[in-house]
Amino acid sequence: MTKKQINNILIWVCAIFLILLIMTPGLWVVLTAFRPQVDIMAKPAVWIPRNLSFNQFETMLFGGSEGSMGRSPVPVLSYLRNSLIISIVSTSIAVFIGTLGGYAFARHEFKGKNSYFFLIMLTRAIPGISLSLPIFILFSKIGIIDTHFGIIIVFVALNVPFTIWLTDGFFRQIPRAMSEVAMTDGCTRLQAFWHIELPLSKSGIASAGIFAFLISWNEFALVSNLARSTDSKTLTVGLMDFTSQFTINWPGMCALAVFIIIPALILTFMVQKHLVSGLTFGGVKG
Amino acid sequence: MKKFLNGPWVLILPTIIVLTCVVFLPLLISLWTSFTPFKLTKPDTLYRFIGFRNYERLIGDYDFWVAFGRTVLFLTIALNLELVFGLGIALLINKITYAQKTLRTLMMFPMMFSPILVGFQWKYIFNDNIGLLNNFLREFGVINPIPWLVDATLANFSIMAAEIWSSTSVFAILLLAGLMGIPKDPIEAAKVDGCNSWQVFKNITLPFLMPFIFIAMTIRSLDVARAYDIVQMMTGGGPAKRTELLWTLISRTGYVDAKMGMANAMSYISIFLSIAFTFFFFYKLMEARKILSYD
Repeated sequence: MTKKQINNILIWVCAIFLILLIMTPGLWVVLTAFRPQVDIMAKPAVWIPRNLSFNQFETMLFGGSEGSMGRSPVPVLSYLRNSLIISIVSTSIAVFIGTLGGYAFARHEFKGKNSYFFLIMLTRAIPGISLSLPIFILFSKIGIIDTHFGIIIVFVALNVPFTIWLTDGFFRQIPRAMSEVAMTDGCTRLQAFWHIELPLSKSGIASAGIFAFLISWNEFALVSNLARSTDSKTLTVGLMDFTSQFTINWPGMCALAVFIIIPALILTFMVQKHLVSGLTFGGVKG
Repeated sequence: MKKFLNGPWVLILPTIIVLTCVVFLPLLISLWTSFTPFKLTKPDTLYRFIGFRNYERLIGDYDFWVAFGRTVLFLTIALNLELVFGLGIALLINKITYAQKTLRTLMMFPMMFSPILVGFQWKYIFNDNIGLLNNFLREFGVINPIPWLVDATLANFSIMAAEIWSSTSVFAILLLAGLMGIPKDPIEAAKVDGCNSWQVFKNITLPFLMPFIFIAMTIRSLDVARAYDIVQMMTGGGPAKRTELLWTLISRTGYVDAKMGMANAMSYISIFLSIAFTFFFFYKLMEARKILSYD
């Protein structure tokens, strides 16, 4: 064997080890969701499942007669509805507002532009838990705690900065000359934006939207303190319902985890290409 | 009016309104609250001004400074290891020609996980009774289960592992994008001139990667507080507060003990910590850009 071949084999051994390390935890959770409780508790461990069941999903979605370990089932469908409403509405608003802002930063020159951009990004650096304290106080006073509306406006604020970062990057990739020609032909700034730049950056904006959706879908620190009941609790917060002080319903939790990860999985695959180019363009050539 | 409609501010106005309502106004409320003895159980205390007493008490609070120190140490170790592992993975994938795209996609797997799910899956794996790791070790004769999340040192290690698992891919993906953009000519020239691979890496690859490293660091420093979700899920700050980070301490003080005034004082300190991290890397990013003279 040549030195090059040995090198190649070594590289692939490393790569496979890496893939195992990355995939195993997730796959183990998925597998557990389909296994009966006895298999999970078995000692010595049962590595190859003897039988698979959809019991957990049935209990979760259709209530079942009783939850495992005699606990009443978690209202997953309400949580799913809340998650969908909150994520979709907040994403739509955030993308609209963020795209306008991104366009301003990409196409206009004004005093202190970089500082304003940085200030907007800094709002993202505030830890969710720190921000949740005053928002909790404020929302309790005006009575929008534990409502969709309250959580949606928080998520809009959470997502606008990153949307600006990404769309700013995408708009910069479009030659300035195109909208300048339109403007000398009598378009206003907004018309040029609407007819020229917006259609050209459609796919970029779509991926910014998916990114914002994922952030809302996955958020925990803020919602867990602003949502108190089934009126507004999301799936990620619902995950905690399966734990009590001394017992944890592992298979039930795994089933819900699968439920949370699948949309995220699909959406991330859809945007992966745009995500990298958006982040690096916005940052490096900014 | 026409000037306003054609200018940038009409476009940025909605952003300003939203951020004012949800970020800047609450931050003012938070600042005020940190100067009061506000407790959720006694609503009137929100209007009693006590000056810097909360902050004074924090300065002498041993638990707070331990959590603060642990948070800084945790972030320093985690970010550095993530950078090193991410760089290693990026270099590895860059060397592979066959199925490179598939590999890159697989590497993004952890990025899809909500931090709370990351916490959950590692809590499951590190569980001393039914966890994957202990089951696996038992097959090799380790009969006594190792208390990964019960022993204080091991619990910190376990949380660190979860954190690194979830965030290394951000570095790997961005650095890989950087590696792919490196022009081949200087590397070829250096090799012709007799540089070995280490010299090529140190003098050409690494300087070129610097802006990408700082982008990754800036992006990461924006959401370091995700660690709250992971810790909350895995140990809740226990055993006996030995894995308590600043954020879990704030959450406990504010919501469990209902001491909102004190919690807001703590959260101001945590906000400054986060902003300092972000500011530092953003500044580095700007420097690196100037050196490479992009634009």
